[in-house]
Amino acid sequence: MQRKEANKMLKTFRLGGVHPHDHKISRNESIRVFDVPATVTIPLGQHIGAPATATVQKGDKVRVGDVIGTATGFVSANIHSSVSGTVTAVEAALDGANLRKPAVTIAVEGDEWNPEIDRTDTLVKECTLEPKEIIARIAAAGIVGLGGATFPTQVKLSVPPGKTAEILIINGVECEPYLTADYRLMMERGEELLVGCEILMRALGVEECAIGIENNKLEAIKHLKGILAGGSYHKGIRVVPLKMRYPQGGEKQLIAAITRREVPSGALPIDVGAVVQNVGTTYAVYQAVQKRRPIVDRVVTVTGKGLGRPSNLLVRIGTPIHLLIEACGGMPEDTGKVINGGPMMGRAMANIEAPVTKGTSGVLLMSTGESMRGREMPCIQCAKCVEACPMGLEPYLISKLSRLGIYDRLERERTADCIECGCCAFTCPSNLPLLDYIRLGKAETLKIIRARQVK
Amino acid sequence: MNETLIYTIAILVGLGLIAAVVLYFVAQKFKVYEDPRIDQTEAMLPGANCGGCGFPGCRGMAEALVKQDDISALYCPVGGAATMQSVAEFLGKAVAEKEPMVAVVRCGGSFCNRPRTNTFNGARSCAVEASLYGGETGCTFGCLGNGDCTRVCNFDAIHMNPETGLPEVDEERCTACGACVKACPKHIIELRKKGLKGRRVYVNCVNQDKGAVTRKACTVGCIGCGKCVKTCPFEAITLENNLAYIDPAKCRLCRKCVAVCPTGAIVAVNFPTPVPAATGSTPATPAAQQETTVAAATQKTKNATEGGEQNA
Amino acid sequence: MSNRIVAPSPHLHGDFCTPRIMRDVVIALIPAFAFSVFIYGWTAVWTTGIAILSCMLFEWFISRFLLRQANCTLGDWSAVVTGTLLAFNLPATISPWLIVLGALVAIGIGKMSFGGLGRNPFNPALVGRVFLLISFPVQMTSSAFIPTGGPVLDALSGATPLAVVKDALKTHTPVTELMPDFDLSGMLLGFKDGSMGEIGAAALLLGGLYLLIRRVISWRIPVFVLGTMLVFAAILWLVDPAQYINPLFHVLTGGALLGAIFMATDYVTSPMSKRGQVIFAIGIGVITMLIRVWGAYPEGISFAILIMNATVPLINMYVKPSRFGGRNPKKK
Repeated sequence: MQRKEANKMLKTFRLGGVHPHDHKISRNESIRVFDVPATVTIPLGQHIGAPATATVQKGDKVRVGDVIGTATGFVSANIHSSVSGTVTAVEAALDGANLRKPAVTIAVEGDEWNPEIDRTDTLVKECTLEPKEIIARIAAAGIVGLGGATFPTQVKLSVPPGKTAEILIINGVECEPYLTADYRLMMERGEELLVGCEILMRALGVEECAIGIENNKLEAIKHLKGILAGGSYHKGIRVVPLKMRYPQGGEKQLIAAITRREVPSGALPIDVGAVVQNVGTTYAVYQAVQKRRPIVDRVVTVTGKGLGRPSNLLVRIGTPIHLLIEACGGMPEDTGKVINGGPMMGRAMANIEAPVTKGTSGVLLMSTGESMRGREMPCIQCAKCVEACPMGLEPYLISKLSRLGIYDRLERERTADCIECGCCAFTCPSNLPLLDYIRLGKAETLKIIRARQVK
Repeated sequence: MNETLIYTIAILVGLGLIAAVVLYFVAQKFKVYEDPRIDQTEAMLPGANCGGCGFPGCRGMAEALVKQDDISALYCPVGGAATMQSVAEFLGKAVAEKEPMVAVVRCGGSFCNRPRTNTFNGARSCAVEASLYGGETGCTFGCLGNGDCTRVCNFDAIHMNPETGLPEVDEERCTACGACVKACPKHIIELRKKGLKGRRVYVNCVNQDKGAVTRKACTVGCIGCGKCVKTCPFEAITLENNLAYIDPAKCRLCRKCVAVCPTGAIVAVNFPTPVPAATGSTPATPAAQQETTVAAATQKTKNATEGGEQNA
Repeated sequence: MSNRIVAPSPHLHGDFCTPRIMRDVVIALIPAFAFSVFIYGWTAVWTTGIAILSCMLFEWFISRFLLRQANCTLGDWSAVVTGTLLAFNLPATISPWLIVLGALVAIGIGKMSFGGLGRNPFNPALVGRVFLLISFPVQMTSSAFIPTGGPVLDALSGATPLAVVKDALKTHTPVTELMPDFDLSGMLLGFKDGSMGEIGAAALLLGGLYLLIRRVISWRIPVFVLGTMLVFAAILWLVDPAQYINPLFHVLTGGALLGAIFMATDYVTSPMSKRGQVIFAIGIGVITMLIRVWGAYPEGISFAILIMNATVPLINMYVKPSRFGGRNPKKK
């Protein structure tokens, strides 16, 4: 009851949203370092945008942290080797969706690191680099949004001319049920995280930084507030507890919750003066800038109700996912779905030998019973999807228009604004696959918009 | 009483007259001249409004036919050559001869040929499934079996066969309008020459994986071995990305390729006689089997109708 | 490995489902039903039972044999809801064959002719009621069985309170003369005459509260319907208290509560956006009062809801929900 009272006072976003049960069963498992596997397959496209270009060939020797793929184009990111050993193949490998994507396969030999990388645990607080240098180091380290969207971080930090950043928002919301990777990071690497915040503030030239955390993670809020109370960090950094509500971790929703500013349709967060970075990304920024350590591993929550030992693992990029499941008690008999990411926006995998990538925030096992969708019934126009949509769209209508292929009307209905959070399908009492069709319509609408821009 | 009646009638008649006069002048002022031949041409077209000609409907096609001097680029796939001929005669224009076409589903990955490795539980739509992942089988190129093609057909000419999980084209009804070709997210369906008495030879596969991968995923996939390319006396077969393609313009229906294909991925349909014995040592059985299955499948169209409705 | 399931996200689903919603509506109607049984006795049970059974039967028959639907929609409880609401809109003493006829019109014309659940533009129960009201006005409006009554009922016996008020308006006699001692608290409890479901105001409010708590309905439509009626009636009352009746009287009598809580909130026939729902509700309130005060019928909410139902597609077309990004306090 007290918590409910407290809830009312807290900030959140204005429109829509749902309240799925959070199931954070792995919240008290501290981060374990997962052993280096015998071989890794590192995809060259682990980010939004063009895949990186491989710079190694079959037979090359690589060390941990060596560049094996360089960014191609503006929205792209470098790829580094996560292990030391010999490159055995540079060719297409199956990803989680059973599709062949370019990748580098490396047979592991020992664990030799690139000597430039500082592997010690000592906290390096001082950062006197120029913003440009910081961004260059982040770009070199191949950092992308580790919350799951995998948007290259250096692009977000490069504020376009004519626009100014006013506030840095750190996303510690982790509104996806089950996932606890960011929570553990905040608990165990709090100091490093705050240094990361300072570095990002420096890069952006802002004096204000808000760390948004939902209040189902009270310990994390307390922990970070405690460190900040010590007074050794920038005075502009503050922790903002938020009311629990999905999809608060969505970039636009988080900005709305913290600043009350809503990013207009078709605009970017920078248009309202905000830059959002995930907790995991911020930690990676600390490592990249202070320790010159590129992304070679990440924290992955391996969880599920039937799993023997739900855990938070620090895993090398490229490790086959089925190894993680084995390390956490093995695949339960009745496993129906294996999801890469959280249950609301994660992707169900057809191939669990697919590797962990930069965007793998969690591996969730669901039993067959939990996995199957309910029987579809007729739409009763209950408007629950309209109520739940955090973007203020009409999912029932967009879904129907997409299914019927009436693409010209979709743009007027602002289909391109859809963030694919899944609130509509979550809430639909008739079990309709609303989002399945909305995605199709969104893809078509974006194509139409892009075609017009080219003209 | 009488006066009221007279007034009423008079006022109503007056109003009617005024309205009629106004309407007449408005109609005169806004009159749009339209070539009467457009109406007549539209009447000659099948009226299916399928869009197969590239216009939104038959009216659009009729307008284009009347207005354009050279109509050789226009073609009504539904009405076929006969319709085009009569339209051309009526308008006094020349029309290009076009061979009748038919939609061909190039996938043999039925349930028994292509084992399922997972279950798709999303919306029953190929477009949704294709945008999500590689599909329910090891073959990421083949038919997904959700029947998007059956739903777009205006002529009830393509149906899912519940036993194979593949769509089947009813050749009698297919007008080659191309709606299913556009609807298929995997680009499996192709418009091919109908051929003499419906006889056709084609590669019943679109898999571009390497041979070993294809073989593992499907028993009747094209493994890109190239035997057919070497065998073909007319150079009608090309091999690209581990996939053979028979050019219908060059193919002379000799069926030598059918005999040599090791997986039975090349199919010959509507031939009265079995495939001539292969020149090499390769047994012709797989191909022959394929032919019979296709023939049998055509008979099963009725069953497939029900499957299509379930999907719709 | 063959049982691996792959589907697009989201992989979770909330606990709402259509049958649960419909069941909740039925549960919410139980207090009102219990009250009408208390007042009218077994006749109320018969009437409701016949209405529900015939609605279900017609739904099954039409879905199975006329529409040939693969999945019959009988399992989703929507026919039960329609049947109960139809019964609540009828006088308790109505003859059974009229109930069956009403059910046929409600399900057959009101719902299934449009393709079944979710496609009907008009509330099926109201289509049934209005059909009966227009076709059989005597049976539908004639006084119901008058329970052995207290003082309040004596004063009102013979005609429904709204009919009395209507007479007052027509004859320009002050209402206070015709109804010297009407009692608002008695009305709240339901000691008045009318259709089965109209009478127990408190019981209806209880059901509405349950639906609100279960999040089946939102507060917008009921509050705006009743609020509009209240404001409308209050203005008239302030102008001439002798000629026009107390505004609370309007809200508590007739089908106002039943209509506002259970009929206007029907998902299928109400607008999708919150703003649209408000417009819809205000429209119902205004039309109801127009009919009650100046129209031919003493009661108007059924007509008002049906008229506003017709505008729903238009409202959905032009009144869009508040979009994200629309509001921006930031200086440009």
